[in-house]
Amino acid sequence: MSAAAPTRVLLRGGRVVDPSQRLDLVGDLLIVDGKVEAIGERLGIERDQEGAFETIDCAGQVVAPGFVDVHCHLREPGREEVETIATGARAAAAGGFTAVCAMPNTDPVTDNQAAVGFVLRQGQRANAARVHPIGAITIGQRGEKLAEFGEMIAAGAVAVSDDGKPVANAQLMRTALEYARSFGVPVADHCEEPTLAHGGAMNEGVVSARLGLKGIPAEAEEIMAIRDILLARRTGGHVHLCHMSTRGSVELIRWGKERGINVTAEVCPHHISLTEAAVEGYDTNAKMNPPLRTADDVEALQQAVRDGTIDVIATDHAPHHYDEKEREFADAPNGIVGLETALAVNVTWLVKPGILDLPQLIERMSCAPARIFRLPGGTLRRGAAADVTVFDPTAAWTVDPRRFLSKGRNSPWAGQTLHGLVRATLVDGRVIHRTESA
Amino acid sequence: MSSALGKDLLGLEPLTAAQIKLVLDTAGPFKEISERAIKKVPTLRGSTIVNLFFEASTRTRISFEFAEKRLSADPVNVASSGSSVQKGETLVDTARNLEAMRIDMVVIRHGASGAAQFLADRIESKVVNAGDGTHEHPTQGLLDLLTLRDHFGRLDGLRVCICGDVLHSRVARSNIWGLRKMGAEVGVCGPRSLLPNAIDAFGVTVFDHIEDAIQWADALNVLRLQLERMQAGYIPSLREYNRVFGVSRERLERAPKDILILHPGPMNRGVEIDSDVADGPHSVILDQVTNGVAVRMAVLYLLAGGRPDLAEAAKGGEGRGVGA
Repeated sequence: MSAAAPTRVLLRGGRVVDPSQRLDLVGDLLIVDGKVEAIGERLGIERDQEGAFETIDCAGQVVAPGFVDVHCHLREPGREEVETIATGARAAAAGGFTAVCAMPNTDPVTDNQAAVGFVLRQGQRANAARVHPIGAITIGQRGEKLAEFGEMIAAGAVAVSDDGKPVANAQLMRTALEYARSFGVPVADHCEEPTLAHGGAMNEGVVSARLGLKGIPAEAEEIMAIRDILLARRTGGHVHLCHMSTRGSVELIRWGKERGINVTAEVCPHHISLTEAAVEGYDTNAKMNPPLRTADDVEALQQAVRDGTIDVIATDHAPHHYDEKEREFADAPNGIVGLETALAVNVTWLVKPGILDLPQLIERMSCAPARIFRLPGGTLRRGAAADVTVFDPTAAWTVDPRRFLSKGRNSPWAGQTLHGLVRATLVDGRVIHRTESA
Repeated sequence: MSSALGKDLLGLEPLTAAQIKLVLDTAGPFKEISERAIKKVPTLRGSTIVNLFFEASTRTRISFEFAEKRLSADPVNVASSGSSVQKGETLVDTARNLEAMRIDMVVIRHGASGAAQFLADRIESKVVNAGDGTHEHPTQGLLDLLTLRDHFGRLDGLRVCICGDVLHSRVARSNIWGLRKMGAEVGVCGPRSLLPNAIDAFGVTVFDHIEDAIQWADALNVLRLQLERMQAGYIPSLREYNRVFGVSRERLERAPKDILILHPGPMNRGVEIDSDVADGPHSVILDQVTNGVAVRMAVLYLLAGGRPDLAEAAKGGEGRGVGA
């Protein structure tokens, strides 16, 4: 093929679902030179012309704008034995994500323009899902002094966050919201009132009392959620509430949105599918922060994803080394891997029971995260970069962490059979991942 | 080999009433052995047992060691200080190394809730929980039940109030499960800041006033109040604790009947319990210690596969029972 010849990719015969343009039809998607060229029930391309295209048969599959994860931990720099940006970006592609936002709690912390540039460059080298850096709110994530938002954003940061830790100081959070407003990026906060959560290993409730584990009360999250919502009201800044986990938080977000406050929120697949009961037996793969909560919280979160109180589903992908999780519950680190199971968990717990339909799921996993974080992607409009996910919405597969592309193996769904399987992931019209068989 | 108690003894919550009764019944004949001049039977001859104590303990460790020796097992004591544990070895590596030495049982005391189960899930050897964090201390629970049953002749319908720091107490949890399974009524009494927020789910009656608990109860099991709780701000002072929640003779004298007093030790005299109560006529605190050895002998015997009906014979020194 000569350098000048246009590259054409035809995704043939799938159910093309793009909530960004209220589109849901069975047909073809044509990509030319990495951009969406056309979508149609039959693009007038005859079978004998197909040789001019790279054709992917999508019959029975869903063709959607690529998923966008606004919250993951890729561990590089600092913990390359646990995950690298390259392995994380490939795991993301395997999970149908065409873009992920890397949290800055690396070592050293991504709190300056040079560090942001490093993450961006490593992401480009990975040649997989796009990697968008998130910069720290405070230097070293120490919660004392604002990091240089302006330079980090100019270098490619798409948001600021001290995720992993809350911004405990309310005045500092207020200033961060005001300052970030100047640059048009969200401040993503890990809502946790540190004195209430101190030393906690799981949700505070009946199970924690029985197991003799120190609990983290729902109020530790809710107090910070309402503080942030009120500070967003005061400042006009955009606060994005990470990994919401309680019914109370949902009610507070709803209260804020009804008043037109600039608040958005995310929920993780594990919080809409699992309860604190998963901790029974001291399973450290059920340890995360915020912790798994009660069935009542799960129900409220599922409802909030449906009605839009929760805008996006984000993974909080947090790989850990095998040894780190193979220990006493209270001493084990928080977090689970999620990039390669997110679609299937969401399909199994939200779509199959009828809580979300597929267009709503794609809105929460692709369109809304791209829109809220002002990222490219999240649409199949003509001329947009062809970031596309092809998935089978019903195929069943059994989670085997040994087959993950992530270096992390810490999954609470290991051995479970889930529904929804990614078949192909394309970035700029190039296939970056293909699953041949389940 | 699966025993009448299962592979391990991790807590009283997973046991049935029949299993608990079995341990208490089996402890009877073993108790007598400790009264003899030659306090030894060959029942567990050839068994090796490791006492793995990651937390300081005098009473429980010695009680287990006596139980093991009186059954003729070979115990090895490992304390965390001075061992590879202190050099940063993980619990799982410690366990695997012990197992590679072909041991039969591990008795573990550890500061982390779930540590005993963690070990039990990863090794073939039988595991006895000698206290894990704030979770359970099943042999303490069993010896408390035995002491109560010895005194009252029954557990069914008995009213037992657990007093003090229930939130951080593994003794309290094992007592609550054990007593409830055996048909006793359980009360708890202590400052609300030292009760689990979810206490209502435990099926117990909560008393805010020690005076009310004393009016209600047949027996009080008074928990040790650890000094750290005051330092961590759960209560303002030990002095006030004693004045508001302490078990004193004056308070007991206002009770409608004599109340049996238990304490798992070590006691803080003048804090949760006054000396004249601890040393008084209704205290069975030293009976608990005696029963501790017998209950642990019963647990080791049953876990090793000993048949309950042969406990009497084992007592006879014939060496039957295990593997018979």
